[in-house]
Amino acid sequence: MMRFSTLIRHPADWMIGGAVDNAVVLTSRIRLARNLHLAPFPGWATAEQRRQAMDKILPVIQELRPMKDAFAQSLSGLTSVQKQVLVERHLISREHAARTEGSAAVIERRQSLSIMVNEEDHLRMQSIRPGLNLRVAFEALNEVDDELQQTLQFAFDRRLGYLTTCPTNLGTGLRASAMLHLPGLVLSDQIGQVLNAIGRMGLAVRGLYGEGTESLGNLYQISNQSTLGESELDIIDRLERVIARVAMHEGNARLKLIEDDPLMVHDKMGRSFGILQHAWLIDSKEALNHLSILRMGANLGFFPLETVRLCDNLLMEIQPAHLQLQRGVKLSPEQRDERRAQIIRANLQNVPSPVMVTAQIKKIPFNEPPASSEL
Amino acid sequence: MKCDFCDQKATVFLTQLVEGQMKKVCLCESCSQEKGVTDPTGFSLADMLMGGVPTSALVGAAPFVKTRNSGGKKCPNCGFSADDLNRVRRFGCSECFQVFRPEVELILRGMHQGVVHVGKVPKGFEEIHARDEKLEELRGRLEEAITLENYETAATLRDEIRDLETPKPTAKQL
Repeated sequence: MMRFSTLIRHPADWMIGGAVDNAVVLTSRIRLARNLHLAPFPGWATAEQRRQAMDKILPVIQELRPMKDAFAQSLSGLTSVQKQVLVERHLISREHAARTEGSAAVIERRQSLSIMVNEEDHLRMQSIRPGLNLRVAFEALNEVDDELQQTLQFAFDRRLGYLTTCPTNLGTGLRASAMLHLPGLVLSDQIGQVLNAIGRMGLAVRGLYGEGTESLGNLYQISNQSTLGESELDIIDRLERVIARVAMHEGNARLKLIEDDPLMVHDKMGRSFGILQHAWLIDSKEALNHLSILRMGANLGFFPLETVRLCDNLLMEIQPAHLQLQRGVKLSPEQRDERRAQIIRANLQNVPSPVMVTAQIKKIPFNEPPASSEL
Repeated sequence: MKCDFCDQKATVFLTQLVEGQMKKVCLCESCSQEKGVTDPTGFSLADMLMGGVPTSALVGAAPFVKTRNSGGKKCPNCGFSADDLNRVRRFGCSECFQVFRPEVELILRGMHQGVVHVGKVPKGFEEIHARDEKLEELRGRLEEAITLENYETAATLRDEIRDLETPKPTAKQL
């Protein structure tokens, strides 16, 4: 079985966009909720019943092809820092991290597939892909679901679909979400309007780390809320269309910023770059906000394009639990700020100062309408 | 913007999902107090969008309406009771959805895009599902035929229904 250190040593596949366009949409995620027929749901089950359910489910998961030599661990066998690292990597939920005996996590080597056992439901499985790729993520997870259903009998009702602990997940049990980087819409004060519109379409928008968090680093998560009365592909199609439109608005907003006020944008790039390269103490919030500017700058040509990958990697590495894991000791907030600044300086030391970008050069990549007549 | 109930300036804006329909109400300070929409425990629209409280939670968090006869009803499979459901607004096991069917229907109102599942169905379940739907249709037509005193058609339909109702070996797999 894979060790925790081996799992975490490498960045997840989806953290590195690679050839995928992740300028605005960083990742796409699909989650399916499933429960065993008749077995009491985790929240209502006794400790013994939870263990029984886990003993039934775990071997079946480990038989899955992608899960051969995966990381599989009971949550009672993980330290709180280790659990927190998994949360920061979006591999398990905060709720799951709070559990111990009778709950487990199985995570595929490349971290694009993970299954939580006995979270709120018996099974919560998720698949992550870089860029806007909800369909691909769904197809991969759907196969896993099919394979599991050959051995496990899942709770299903012809009217209510897959039965889940919470009625908000009934039906498909599917939650599709994408992580978007929207600094252009934030800087141009359009974000409120866009988020409102998304909300009106019955979709949910959240800050970086799921429920109950403010947005950090201009990162937003958009997801479906309705799981009943619409097929999996309909849910995904609707969401993908909305996300594609938001991404287009973001692209246009970035261009408009350069067009309208190139000096302001260049100034922002220089300031964020200066702080990140020269800070010796920096907290999460400040770091994320400057990295956000740097990331957008790299996409717009102010910095070499590889800087995007550096930023994405840093977004993960500078989080509290990741910092403590690298150090192997518990760090005070001030020690974390010091360590965080150190990691950022080391990673960005070879990034050159921002170059001036004018609107004309960058117009093509964002597919702006060719003629003004269309507007 | 003006208050929906008087001519004063609206300062309170209430958005609610009622049976899947978004309803917006604009109120002035005094009307909002009169109508009791200033409940501090209520969610604001901004909270809903930014604080991560899904729209559905608004429905879920609404006072649970008790249906008649739901008092001490208990799920025979897991022991989960109507009171538990009231308290946590979650379910105990898959059987609970049969036991608390009326409560489920109530909870689901306005929560999702629809109230009947569309989408993936476990393998093997599809055949049973299709058969049940066919049966429902045939039974409807049978009733219609009887009302119209079209007994010949009714007889054919009855035979078709009987034929479908006989369990097939494939259905046993589930």
